[in-house]
This record gives sequence, C-alpha cells and structure tokens, in this order.
Amino acid sequence: MADKTATTQEKQADKKQGGLLSVFTKGIVKENPVLRLVLGTCPTLAITTAASNAIGMGIAATLVLVCSNAVISLLRRVIPDKVRIPAYITIIAGFVTIVQMLVKAYAPDIDQALGIYLPLIVVNCIILGRAEMYASKNSVLPSMLDGLGMGIGFTAALLLMGIIREFLGTGCIFGMPLTAGIVEPILIFILPPGGFFVFGMLMALANKLSAKLSGESRPAAGVGCSACPMAAHCSKQAQEKGPSACPSAAAPEKEGGDKQ
Amino acid sequence: MTDKLYVSPSPHLRSGETTRRLMLDVIIALIPALVAAVIIFGPRALLIVSVTVLSCVLSEYLARKIMKRDTTIGDLSAVVTGILLAYNLPVGINPLIAAFGGVVAIVVVKQMFGGIGMNFVNPALTARIVLMASFPTQMSTWSEPFYYLKGSADAVTTATPLPSLVKGDEVPSLFHLFMGLRGGCLGEVCAAALLLGGIYLVARRVISPVIPLCFLGTVALFTLLLGQNPLYHLLTGGVLLGAIFMATDYTTSPLTFAGKIVFGIGCGLITTLIRVFGALPEGVSYSIILMNILVPHIERITRPVPFGERRRRHEKD
Repeated sequence: MADKTATTQEKQADKKQGGLLSVFTKGIVKENPVLRLVLGTCPTLAITTAASNAIGMGIAATLVLVCSNAVISLLRRVIPDKVRIPAYITIIAGFVTIVQMLVKAYAPDIDQALGIYLPLIVVNCIILGRAEMYASKNSVLPSMLDGLGMGIGFTAALLLMGIIREFLGTGCIFGMPLTAGIVEPILIFILPPGGFFVFGMLMALANKLSAKLSGESRPAAGVGCSACPMAAHCSKQAQEKGPSACPSAAAPEKEGGDKQ
Repeated sequence: MTDKLYVSPSPHLRSGETTRRLMLDVIIALIPALVAAVIIFGPRALLIVSVTVLSCVLSEYLARKIMKRDTTIGDLSAVVTGILLAYNLPVGINPLIAAFGGVVAIVVVKQMFGGIGMNFVNPALTARIVLMASFPTQMSTWSEPFYYLKGSADAVTTATPLPSLVKGDEVPSLFHLFMGLRGGCLGEVCAAALLLGGIYLVARRVISPVIPLCFLGTVALFTLLLGQNPLYHLLTGGVLLGAIFMATDYTTSPLTFAGKIVFGIGCGLITTLIRVFGALPEGVSYSIILMNILVPHIERITRPVPFGERRRRHEKD
C-alpha cells in the first residue's frame, strides 16, 4: 500500500514538471548534458575529431544511460542511501561491459577509434548524474525517458561538434572528402585547442537558444542558484534543508553571522 | 576614439597622448622593416601585408558591429596587429591563410575578450601559433632572398639559418644576417630595419627599452653559456621583432619596472631553451605568449607599495 501511494505521489510530481514529454525533451536543448550542464566533457573533447566517432560514442552512452536509469529506478527503494554511489557505479559498469563487448564484436572499427573512452563511460558524469538527480527519485518510465532524452542530447552535441571539427579540420564529413583540392583544411580544429574552441562556441549558442526557448531576453547571468540549469530539480532540496543547502546562497549569511 | 591611456601604475600624470597617436608611432617604426621586406622578398611582401591589415581592420569593424559596440578601427590598433601578423608569416603563404590569421587575431583573441586593452595574449602572435598548428607546411616553407629577381615564377625555397645554427652547420655571415639576406618570415629578417624602428619607439617614449634589453640580454647570455655564438642567435629567427614590437605590447606586458625585467628575462630564457633543446626551430612566439599569461602574477608580485612604504608580510591590504 505504502508503495502505491508513493508512486501516485511521484506521478503527480511528474505532472507538475510538465508531463512525460518535457521529461524527454528537456535533455535535448534546455538541459543538454554537454552544452548546458557541462557534464561528460572528457569524451566530448577527446572523441569528436570525426563525426562517426561521435555517433558511436553517443549511441553507446545512450544505451548505457537508458538501461542504468531503468535499473536504478527499479532498485531505488532497495539501495541504501549511504552506499548508493558504489551501487550505481556497479550497475553502470555492468551495462558498459555489455556495450563494450557488443561494440568489440560487431563494430571493431568504432572500438578502435574510441579506444579507452569506451570503457570510460563507466565514470561518465552524465550517467552518474542522471542516476543521482533523476532515476533515484522517479519511477521507471520517466527515468528511461529522461535517460533517452539526455542520451539524444549528448549524441546530438557530439555529432554537431564532430561534424564541425571534421569538416574544418580535415575537409571531410563522415570520411567523405568535400573540399579536397579547393581549400586547405584548418588542421587546428582536430587538435585539442580547436576542440575547446568549438565546444565554447556551441555552449554559447546553446545558452542563447535555451534562453530564447524559455522566453527570456538574454541568458541568465550570475553565479547563484537561479542561473543553474538544474535549478528545477535542486530547488526542492533547497527548500527542505533551508537556504544553507546551496553553498553559494549560504556563504553571505555566514559572513553576516560572524559580524554579529 | 580618443581613449585616455593609463600605462603606468599610479600616480598618474595626464598627457595628450591618444591610442591613435601611439599606434601611428608603432606603424612608423614598422615601416623600415616593410621597406626591407619588399626589397628582399619583392612586391609579394606588400600583398601579404595588405591582406592581413585589410582582414584585421574588416574583422574588427564587423565584430564590433555584430556585438553592437562602438567601432574602434579609428585607433589603428587593428592595423598594427595586421602588420605584425604579416611580419610573422613566410612570404610565399597563401593570402587566404594570411586573411584567416587576421580573423583569428582580431575576433578570437581580441574582440571576444573585450577589444583593445582586454586581450590577455598578443593577438598577432596567437594568430601565428594557430596558423603554425593549422598549416605546418605552408608556415615553414621559406623563400630565398631576391627569389623574385631570378625570373622563375615559383618561389625558391631555402632553409632558415636557425636550425643550421643549432646543429652547427654553415650559416650566412653576420653582415648578411644584419642586413636581412636570409630566409625567414617577412618582417623578421632585416635586423637593421628592426633596430631602427626600435630606436624610434624608444626615442618617442612609446616603449621603454627595459623589456627588449632584458629579453635580448638573456638570450645572448644563455646562448653564450650554452657554447653558441650569441650574436648569431640575436640576428636570426624572430627574436628582434619579438623583443621590440611584440613583447612590449602594453596590454600584455607588465607595467612595473621590476615586472618588465622579470618578463624580459622570462621571454629570453624560454626562447633560448626552445631554440637549443626544443623540437621546434624557433621559440620566440611561444615564449612571449607564455610570459603574457604570467603577466597578472608578475604584476601582483611586483606591485609598488603606496608612498614607498615597506610593509611587513603579514599585514593585509
């Protein structure tokens, strides 16, 4: 009985957040894991030298994300709070191993191109972040949709970066030469500095786009909780524990207290 | 634009100097090297300089327009960046690549950080490094001096003296190096013209001679200690161009006297290390950029104390 009431409460919470559709779509632009939440930066910068790598990494991470979100959501009442992170890591590692074996068997080229970054999905912040932020608090279906949305957002950001960097850096897209013999490619775009540059530009673009989507005239400025793209999930926590739950909000209060 | 200039730590004196007048002086100081480049490498040198200047001024104008800020091309700083960038390129470079360098220098390095006075590294040098990473072959194909008089349409390629110098191979005579009769970047070859420009800048009090002297002195001293001929090291590569025109950029060099000494010595040290031990033949651009990044820290350490008072360490500001 207690379980049932809990799920109905969760369902109401889902509806409050704008229904299942928004759970799915928010990961694509508004809370894009790479460009808005700035998670999973390491694989983003490392493997986007070619568009095909980006797709391979995106699909692999999405698969792990959906499966781990589902399992963690199912087990959210079984996992003790104190050891939840090791438990999540174990679940994620299991799925990563499966995906890695599948990729090794059926797409050895992609396995070769992604190298160490494929097993490193285990410690990808996006997956752990969604487990902690979403799957551990919500039921299975929304958690899977959240994982799928975030995974698509991750894949889209990687693909965009991969296409831009591959095109400018080698003159190809998906390995097809487009500008060979016409313009010399700008090699720096497939080198690390070019990766950081494209990453920064896309982040600025995503900030502007998401501000436009939510109807603000310009991107939220400042460093407080209101500027955080995760504020929607976090505010509930902050209310429960009072203003001191958020470190940036707590800092000025402490100073005031010292003076008294 | 007639922005007031503050190029020293307080106390400040007012003067009628404007950015525009200052940049004009730098352009005047760069003209001898341009004349030398046109004589040594032919009219193509002029083409490359025009392309980079045009690209810099145009990208400054457009970038300011897109960002909805006042246009600042009137202060001539973009022209200086354009000329300096061209001086850092080989004469045979594709003009399109040169133009791309101008866009990088102005849009990425300068305007994205807030425009004149806000960039934390030298725009022309950063553009050169970006081009070096992007087009390694084009950026290291050197034309022989007076190739354009020999009648063949293709530039005759040659080696720069610096790698041969470090390896101990034969190099041109000191007189040839002083007059600029060697392969190399457009504006760096003619030491005589660069020195002339440097003397003009110091005489007009546009730059203080502290940074160039420390830079060149350190290079001379360390190459001597490492058993190489210091005069050759001073006259080859881009060390004169870098020490006189790039390391003295107001925005990206320290304001304090002690800071300038530290900055100059740091540049010289890194240049020598890269030249003698590094895989790259030349290290001037990297040394200046690295020291540019350290400038805020150098200034914090060498900040003057109010009224010259000696303060005890534990006292807070």
